[in-house]
Amino acid sequence: MSRLPDFRESRWGKVLPAVVVVVAVALFPLFRPPLDGFMDDSILALAYVVMALGLNLVVGFAGLLDLGYVAFYAFGALATGWFASDLWSKIGSEKGVHVGVSEFAGSLPGVHLNFLLIVIGAVILTAIAGAIIGLPTLRLRGDYIAIVTLAFGEIIGRLAQSGDQISPGGYKFSNGRQSISPIDQIEIPFFNQFDSATDLRPYYWTVLAMVLVVLFVNIRLRDSRLGRAWIALREDEVAAASMGVPLVRTKLMAYAVGAAFGGISGAFLGAYLNSVNANQFQFGFSIFILAMVILGGLGSIWGTVIGAVLLAFVNNRLIPDVLNDVPSKVGLDFNVTELSFGIFGFVLVLMMVLRPEGILPERRRKLELTEGIGTGGDDTVIEARA
Amino acid sequence: MEAASVNQPVAARPSTSARARDLLSKYGLIALLAALPVAYGISDLINDGNLSRLGENIVAGLSNGAIWALVALGYTLVYGIIELINFAHGEVFMIGSFVGFSLYSTLGLTLATGPLGLVVGLLLTLIVAMVTCGTLNVMIERVAYRPLRNAPKLAPLITAVGFSFILQNVGVLWEGGSQRGIPDLIDAQKVLVTVVGVSVSRADLLAVAVTAPLVFLLTTFVSRSRLGKAMRATAQDPEAARLMGINVDTTISLTFLLGGLLAGAAGLIYALYQTQIWYFQGFTAGLIAFTAAVMGGIGNLRGAVLGGLIIGIIQQISDNRDPTGLGPELTPAIVFFYLVVIMVFRPQGLIGEETREAG
Repeated sequence: MSRLPDFRESRWGKVLPAVVVVVAVALFPLFRPPLDGFMDDSILALAYVVMALGLNLVVGFAGLLDLGYVAFYAFGALATGWFASDLWSKIGSEKGVHVGVSEFAGSLPGVHLNFLLIVIGAVILTAIAGAIIGLPTLRLRGDYIAIVTLAFGEIIGRLAQSGDQISPGGYKFSNGRQSISPIDQIEIPFFNQFDSATDLRPYYWTVLAMVLVVLFVNIRLRDSRLGRAWIALREDEVAAASMGVPLVRTKLMAYAVGAAFGGISGAFLGAYLNSVNANQFQFGFSIFILAMVILGGLGSIWGTVIGAVLLAFVNNRLIPDVLNDVPSKVGLDFNVTELSFGIFGFVLVLMMVLRPEGILPERRRKLELTEGIGTGGDDTVIEARA
Repeated sequence: MEAASVNQPVAARPSTSARARDLLSKYGLIALLAALPVAYGISDLINDGNLSRLGENIVAGLSNGAIWALVALGYTLVYGIIELINFAHGEVFMIGSFVGFSLYSTLGLTLATGPLGLVVGLLLTLIVAMVTCGTLNVMIERVAYRPLRNAPKLAPLITAVGFSFILQNVGVLWEGGSQRGIPDLIDAQKVLVTVVGVSVSRADLLAVAVTAPLVFLLTTFVSRSRLGKAMRATAQDPEAARLMGINVDTTISLTFLLGGLLAGAAGLIYALYQTQIWYFQGFTAGLIAFTAAVMGGIGNLRGAVLGGLIIGIIQQISDNRDPTGLGPELTPAIVFFYLVVIMVFRPQGLIGEETREAG
């Protein structure tokens, strides 16, 4: 027993629990039916984890409140729509363009690319979009950033909703209010084409691999020069700048990297849901992801993972399947599903007032966030303007 | 002056390039705002031979803008005093519409009600809607913003967003999740007078008739009364205001109360004007009104009114030019585009002071 603290402190002690968790999460689908609701929920939850980790990087690490994160989901999903469906049926004199896809998809009109290429395309596209959206906010601080990003998110959403009218050269931006569907099943080199009608597990392992890659990148970034620069920026912009942190590059990197994660997840969700629907690109989605980050703990990687999994299951399982009938059973006339965003709003308020550092707080962020909370009242001096 | 200019040469005598940039940012914005009306004015002249279509848009825009102005005043008041974007303000406006509509049946206001009964009933409705929204706004401040007064700025903004969603769901529970038509009590679209081909409807008159006195009362209150002076002092420097014996918390509550009162009035006018309400109206309205507040220079009361009117006109033009590319679908995108451009290139707005945010 006396060795236990030593073991905890050792390198293995830190890595081992993570390895055990990853192995368990990776292997459990083998012991379950290949197609069921739980599998579906798990896949969505992992996709949200990728997105929440991206947003955590922007909001949690760099302290830039991004309320328009849905824009990157939109761009990622649209990339899948453009490159894995018959939306651009005119291309290649109506025969289509095909790279690394199997026989069936290879015979369809439109652009059909291998999923790996789509993900790379989505990463490039969203990183550029993130940097472009970030550019105008460089001169701004605090809540103005939030509003400008929100406005961008809404602009992208509106454009996608009327995207069937935006078609330079006959290549539509989106399918408007109709969704882009069907989307090709995912194809990855050296594996058979996935088939979501018979087996969801390949999708699960794909998104799990994405989560692991993003987690690894996140942790390495946090402990890198860039990550320290982000945290310095968050804590005091002026001090960081005078210590030699290049503000423009650091901020743009935060936006671009955070956006790229959103794009990866968006590209996957587009392919998994087999449709890209512009009506999903709503402000509420940004708040859904933000609630995950805040619930888990701003700036805390593991907290964000927990928050994302928790809220994904609350949204996809607890609310529609368990709680939905409760009001009608006690004689009230409404569905809980209608109120899901109210519930997330409530989570935001409650967490911010009672436990702003989240479920699994990051140590430094906790100090920052709890400083001065709960002391607001008649006898305190307002320092909010500093 | 000589000594000061040695220490701060830049501040004392701006260089030519800085002056040019300032001129560009000011007149560039005005040119950008004028682009839409001018472009459609020219196209009207070419197609119809007169400007009556644009004129109609402008009249409807001004009356719509009066509603946005009332909501924008709420944003500007709150931002001026605690530098918080009260994100839930749009939803308070929505609740104002809902309270107004609910009172129709309580007070027995129907299409058959006579003119006198209608006026008395609507006045009563107006007062109840205003008081409800004012109280609601004060309660939101007490629950969601006051505990976070010393927290990082991000925190109250997040609770504000959270509250906005909570109120939207109150709206869903109240009147359901879709647009809902309500009785057109005042026969809103009835044309009162037509001047050179431009008609003014009852709704236009109502919006201006309610907004103008309220704005006058508010500006007088803020600039003349003792409490208004306390508000201005708190906005300038809360710490110093406290040292001067001003109860800062009460003053902040009062600010939220005023903002809520105006939002309630705006909500009722909106319900009478549009004759339909839904839970999501507050979100778009909130962003439009916030754009208006920023356009005029946030913290500046006259600016908010001016910005509201301008945004109203832009929105009406964009709404009613369907065949030529724009339309109600794209209106929010256009308004948000203006929001981004203004925030980035002229964060102090048209007539506002340089704000801290402008950095």
